[in-house]
Amino acid sequence: MANVLELHGVTKRFPGVLANDHIDIALKEGHILALLGENGAGKTTLMNILYGLYKPDEGRIIVHGEEVDIHGPNDAIARGIGMVHQHFMLIPVMTVIENVMLGVEPTVNGIFLDKARVAARIREISEQFGLDVDPDSYIKDLPVGIQQRVEIIKVLYRNANILILDEPTAVLTPQEVDGLFQILHTLIEKGKSIIFITHKLKEVMAVADEITVLRGGRVAGSVLPQEASLEKLATLMVGRDVNLVVMKKTAAPTDVVLEVQDLYVRDERENLTVQGVSFEVRKGEVLGIAGVQGNGQTELVYALTGLSEPVSGQINLMGKPVRHGRPREILERGVAHIPEDRQKHGLILSFPIHDNMMLCTYYQPPFARGITLQQKVILDNATELVKQFDVRTPSIYVPASSLSGGNQQKVIVAREFSRPIELLIASQPTRGLDVGSIEYIHNRIIEKRDEGTGVLLVSSELDEIIALSDRIAVMYHGQIMAIVPAAQATKEDLGLLMAGIQPESARAA
Amino acid sequence: MNKTNAQFENIAFRRARVRFGLTLLGVGLLIYFLFAVNTQPGVRTTFGLNVSGSNALMIPDLSIPALNVVHGMVALAVFFGTFQLARGIRSTGVLIAVIVATFFIAFLSWAAQDKSFNLVGMLNSSLVRATPIALAALCGVISERSAVINIGIEGIMLVSAQTAVVAATVSGNLYIGLVTAVLTGGLLGAMHAHLVIRFKVDQTVSGVAINIIGAGVTSFVTSRFLSQNIDGLNNSGTFPVIHIPLLSKIPVLGPVLFENNIIVYLTILLVIAMHIMLFYTAWGLRTRAVGEHPKAADTLGVNVYLMRYVNVIIGGMIAGIGGAYFTIGSVGRFNEMMTSGKGFIGMAAMIFGKWNPFGAYTSSMIFGFADSLQVKLQILRVGIPSEFLLMAPYIVTMLVLTGIVGRANPPAADGQPYEKQ
Amino acid sequence: MSERPTKPPESIQPDDAAKKKETASWRQSLLLPALAVLTGLIIGGIVIVVSGGNPFQAYGALFAGSFGTPSDFFAGLQVYFATGESHDLIRSLYPFTESLVASTPYIFAALSVAIGFRCGLFNIGAEGQVLMGALGSAYVGYSLTGLPAYIHLPLALLGGVAAGGVWGMIPGYLKARFGAHEVVNTMMLNWIAFKLSDWLLNGPMKSGFRPVTPNVLPTAELPRFFADPLRFNWGFVLALLVAWAVYWLLFKTTLGFEIRSVGANPDAAKYSGMNVTRNFVFVLALAGGLAGLAGSAQVLGVDHWVGQGFSAGYGYDAIALALLGKSHPLGVVLSALLFGFLRSGATSMQSMAGIPIDIISIIQGLVVVFVAAPAIIRWIYRINIDTTGDTVLTRGWGR
Repeated sequence: MANVLELHGVTKRFPGVLANDHIDIALKEGHILALLGENGAGKTTLMNILYGLYKPDEGRIIVHGEEVDIHGPNDAIARGIGMVHQHFMLIPVMTVIENVMLGVEPTVNGIFLDKARVAARIREISEQFGLDVDPDSYIKDLPVGIQQRVEIIKVLYRNANILILDEPTAVLTPQEVDGLFQILHTLIEKGKSIIFITHKLKEVMAVADEITVLRGGRVAGSVLPQEASLEKLATLMVGRDVNLVVMKKTAAPTDVVLEVQDLYVRDERENLTVQGVSFEVRKGEVLGIAGVQGNGQTELVYALTGLSEPVSGQINLMGKPVRHGRPREILERGVAHIPEDRQKHGLILSFPIHDNMMLCTYYQPPFARGITLQQKVILDNATELVKQFDVRTPSIYVPASSLSGGNQQKVIVAREFSRPIELLIASQPTRGLDVGSIEYIHNRIIEKRDEGTGVLLVSSELDEIIALSDRIAVMYHGQIMAIVPAAQATKEDLGLLMAGIQPESARAA
Repeated sequence: MNKTNAQFENIAFRRARVRFGLTLLGVGLLIYFLFAVNTQPGVRTTFGLNVSGSNALMIPDLSIPALNVVHGMVALAVFFGTFQLARGIRSTGVLIAVIVATFFIAFLSWAAQDKSFNLVGMLNSSLVRATPIALAALCGVISERSAVINIGIEGIMLVSAQTAVVAATVSGNLYIGLVTAVLTGGLLGAMHAHLVIRFKVDQTVSGVAINIIGAGVTSFVTSRFLSQNIDGLNNSGTFPVIHIPLLSKIPVLGPVLFENNIIVYLTILLVIAMHIMLFYTAWGLRTRAVGEHPKAADTLGVNVYLMRYVNVIIGGMIAGIGGAYFTIGSVGRFNEMMTSGKGFIGMAAMIFGKWNPFGAYTSSMIFGFADSLQVKLQILRVGIPSEFLLMAPYIVTMLVLTGIVGRANPPAADGQPYEKQ
Repeated sequence: MSERPTKPPESIQPDDAAKKKETASWRQSLLLPALAVLTGLIIGGIVIVVSGGNPFQAYGALFAGSFGTPSDFFAGLQVYFATGESHDLIRSLYPFTESLVASTPYIFAALSVAIGFRCGLFNIGAEGQVLMGALGSAYVGYSLTGLPAYIHLPLALLGGVAAGGVWGMIPGYLKARFGAHEVVNTMMLNWIAFKLSDWLLNGPMKSGFRPVTPNVLPTAELPRFFADPLRFNWGFVLALLVAWAVYWLLFKTTLGFEIRSVGANPDAAKYSGMNVTRNFVFVLALAGGLAGLAGSAQVLGVDHWVGQGFSAGYGYDAIALALLGKSHPLGVVLSALLFGFLRSGATSMQSMAGIPIDIISIIQGLVVVFVAAPAIIRWIYRINIDTTGDTVLTRGWGR
C-alpha cells in the first residue's frame, strides 16, 4: 500500500524549546495511524505544521508522493488534508450549514449565499458516511458528540482524504467513543486515511493500524498494536516505568463537611446547567464527580466556591449554611479551591510568584498589619513554599506566567494547602499536565484526604476519578445520575451513567 | 422532583410583571402630578402637521383639548399598570412603548398647551439629527461584527467634517467634499486597524488616541488656517433637499421621510445594504465568523486580519460620511468640537440596537428624537433650563448602557486581538 | 488540553540574576517613553513645517517660555547682589515657576487616570471630574465666610474631592451594578458636567454680569510662595504629596493589592475573595476625587474663580500622561512635569512663533500611540524593547 503522507526530519523550534526534533512519520492509504504522546510531547505542534498553522524550521513533507510546502490552512485543504481540532472550531451562534460553508461559500448570482446547495451536500455526506446531522440546527443546541460529527463533515465537505483528529475522545462518553470509532472505520472503508492523536493508551490499542509514539519532541518508537502492550506503550510514552495506579489506604470518613441540597445554578448564558443536585462530602474521603465535560460540573463548582450565585438550593459547610456568592466567606470557612482554569481563576499571571502565593490571605496577619502589606513575611512565605512544594522557578520574583503548566499548578496547590482547610474542591486538577506533575498532585490530594480533609474532585478523566475517589457521583445534564462506592464501580457502568443511562435499564433492554 | 427552566422563568416573569405594573402606575401618578395639575382646563394644544416649503399636500393641523388628553394618558397608564399586576403581558417592548408613549403625549400636550407645536417638523428633525448618530452606529456595527472596537469614531467624524468642508469650499463642489470625507474616514479607519491589528495596540487606547489627535489636528488647522480665511476655506454651503417625486407629496410621511438631503437618504440605503451584506453574503458570513470565533475562521482559511482591516476601513468610511453631515450636510462650515459626543452616542445606539444595522438605526432615531425635542422645547419656552434639556441625549445614552431595557450579547470575540499562533 | 511548547529546562538561578534583569527592564521602561516623546516632537516639528512655520523658532520659543532665559536669570542675580533688589530675579523665575504651576493639575488628573488603569478601568471622565471639583471648591471657597484658613482651605479642597468623587462614582456604580462600560459613561458625564456648569455659571453661581463664580475668599486660597506675578503655590507640593500617597496606597497596602489584582485579572481577584465590583466603585470614586483635586488646586491656587471653558482638556491630556508614565505615580509625576512645561511654553510659542497651541494635543496623541505601540518605536529605532506585563484594557462591552 502506498504512503499518502510522509514527514521526513521535521523540526520546529520555539524560543528556548525544541518542540519537534527531526520527526519522521508515514501514513499508509486506508490506515489509521495513532500518534501517541503525553502533553507537551509535540503532537499538536506537528499536526499544526501539517495543517499549515506553523512553518517547520527543517524537514520535508510529502503528500501523495509529491513534496509540498504548506503555507496555511488553504494549502492543506487544497492538498486534501483536513483537521478536526481538539477544541471544536465551531461557531455556536451559527447553523451547521453556515459553519460548514464558511471559507468556501457557493453563491447565487455571485452575491447571495447558496445555503440550499450546502444543505443538500451535507445530507449527501451524512448518508454516505453515517454521520446523521440536521443542517439547519444551531451548533449551540447540539450535544458534543454531534458537534464532532459536524467537524468531520466540515472536513469531508472540503473533499479531504487525509483526516487528522486531535484528541477527539477528550469530550466524549465511553459509548460516544465507540460511536466515533465506528465512524472512523466507515471512513477508512470509503478510502480515507486518518491520523489519530491521543494520549490515551487503550484507545490506541482499540483503533490504530500503526502506532507512533512521541516523547519530548522526538519519535520514541513505532509499533504495531498487535505487538504492543499497555505497559510497553506507557514506558515508550513517558520514558520510564510508570505507576499507573495511585497507592492509597482505605478511607476513614468521619463528619460531613459539605452538604449540598437541591442546588440549581445557571451558567453565563442563563441556561439552567445544574438542576437539583444534592450530595455530601465527609472528612477524610474523596468524592469524585465524573461526567463528560459541560454537564454542569463547572457551574456546580462555581456555585460551591461562591464564584456564581445559585438560583435556589442550599449549601452547608460544617453543618452551617453558606450565604451564596461570597467567595471570601467560603474561603475563610476552610475551603480550598483548585480551579479548573488555572490561568483564568487560579493565578494572576502578571504578578510575581510571591504575590500569587498569598492571593487568598493577603489581608490577614501575618501578611498584612492593618492595611499595610508585610513585604518580608510575604517573601519568606514564598521562599518556604517554593522549597516545600518543589516549584521549579528561577526565583520568587518572576511573574507566574513564566512558569510551566505543572509548576503553575504547584503554586496553586502550595497556596491552597498552606492554610488550614477542611474541604478541598479540586476541579480538573491535572488537566494538561505531564505525567510527573500528575503523579505529584494525585499524591498530595490523597495526603490531604488522609489528614482528614474532605475532598471534592471534579474531573472528566474517568481514570483519574477511579484512581482517587472513594465514592463516585456521575453528572449528566446538570443532574447526578447516581453516587456509587468506588470499589463497586466499573468503567462500563460509569460510562453508561455518563451518557445518561441507568446500567440496570441498559441490562434489562 | 426537579424544577425546570420554565418554572424558574415563571418566577422571574412574575417578579418582572409586578415591577412593570408598579412602574406603569408610577408613570400614571407622575403624569398626573407633573402635567395634569399644571394644565389649564379648556385649553387646546395644536400639533402642526405641515411644514413650510414642503411639497406635501396640506392637511389640517391636529388640535386637541390638552387637559382631557393628559387625563386620558393617566387613565391609560393606570389601566395598563393594573392589567399588568392582574394578568401581565410578556412583551417588554410593548410595555416600554406604553410607558414612553403615554409619558410623551402627556408631556407634549402639557408643554405646548395654548400654543402650536409642529409635530411633523420635529419628526423630520429627529430623522435628520439621528443621521450622524446612525452613521457612527453603523461604523461601530461593521467594525465590531469583526471584533474590533472603535472608540475613535468621534475623532474620525471630527476630522472628516473638517476635510469635507475644506475640500468642498476649495473645489466649489459638495460631492468632492463628501468623497474627501469618505477617504479621510477610510484613512483614519486604516490607521486604527493597523494599530490594533498589526501592532496589537489596545483597542480602547488606539481609539482614544485617534480622538485626541483628531481634536488636536482640527483645532490646529482651524486656528492656523480656517479662521484666517473663512470664505476661501470654511464656507461650503450645504447639500440641497431632494424632494422624491410623488412620495414627498404624501402628507406627514412626505415631509418626514422624503424631503431630505443626500446624506440622510444615503444613511437609509447603507442600513439596508449593510443588513444584506452581513446576513446574506459570503463577506458577511466571514465577518461574523471572525467576530465570533476568529480561530475557527482561520482554520478554514479565512484571513482574519484581512477581514478586520477591510471592515474597520469601511467603518471609517461610513464614519467619514457621518463627519460630512456635520459640515456640508447641515451648517456649511466647521466649528471646533462640533461633533459634541455624537460618536459616543452612536456607540450606545449600536449596543442598544444589538449590533444589527436596523436595530442601530432605530435606536439612533430615539437619540435623534431626544435631541430635536430638546430644541423644540427651548423654542416653546418650557420652564426647564435649556442646559438640562441639552443633557437629555447624554443621560439617555447612559440609561441605555445600563441595559435595563434589553441586553444583548456582543460578538463573542469583540475587543480581543487575534494572535495567530 | 491544549498542548503548549514546554518551557526551557528550569534551573534555580541565584536571585541577583533576576534582580539584574529587573534593573535592565527598569532602564528600558524609561527608554520607550523617552523615544515616544522624542518621536512625537519630531512629527510635531514636521507638522509645523508643513503648516508653514519654522520648527526651530517654534521649539526655541517653547523652551524659553517653559524654562525662562538664562541671561535674564543671571542679570537678575547681578541686580540682587548689587542692590539687594530681588524683583528682577523673581521675574526671571517666572517662566519656570509657571511651568510648575501648569504641571500641578496635570499631576492630579494623570494620577486619576493612572489609578483607574491599575484597576483595569479607563477613566475618560477626568475632564468632567476636574470641572466638578473646581466648582465644588469654588463654592465652598466663596460661600463659607468667617472661617480661619486652617479650616476653610481643607474644607474647600474637600469640596473639590467630594464633587469630583461623586462624578467618578456614578460610572463606577453603573459598571458595578449593570456592567455598563465606563468609557462611554465617563465621556457622557463630561458633557453633562459641561452643561451643568453652564447652567450653574449662568444661574445659581453667577456673580455680577459675566458667567463666572465669585472669587474665593483669601482664607480658602492655597498660599503662594512668592510675590506677584509669580503664582507658584502650595498646590504643587500638595500634588507631590498626593502622588506619594497614591504610590503608598497602590504598592504597600492591601487595598492597593486588591486594586492591582482586579486590574490584572478580575476573575482571579474574585476567586480569591475580593469584591471586584466594590473595587470598581471605590477606584472610580477615588479617581474622580483625584481629578477633582486638579480643579481645586487650579481654583484655589491660581485662578481663584471658575468661568466657562475652565478645564482646557486636562482630563484628556491626563490619559496620555498616565499611559506615558506607565500608570506608576513616579512616572506620572515626571510626564506631568514634561507636559506642564510643554503646555506652559506653548503659550509663548503661540504668541512668538504663531504656532497654535493645539500642536501640543497632536504631539500628545502621537505619544499615546507610540507608548501603546512599542512595535512602532522598535521599528523606527531598530531597538529591542521589552514590554511584557503591560495593562490590557479593552474587555468588550457589558459584564
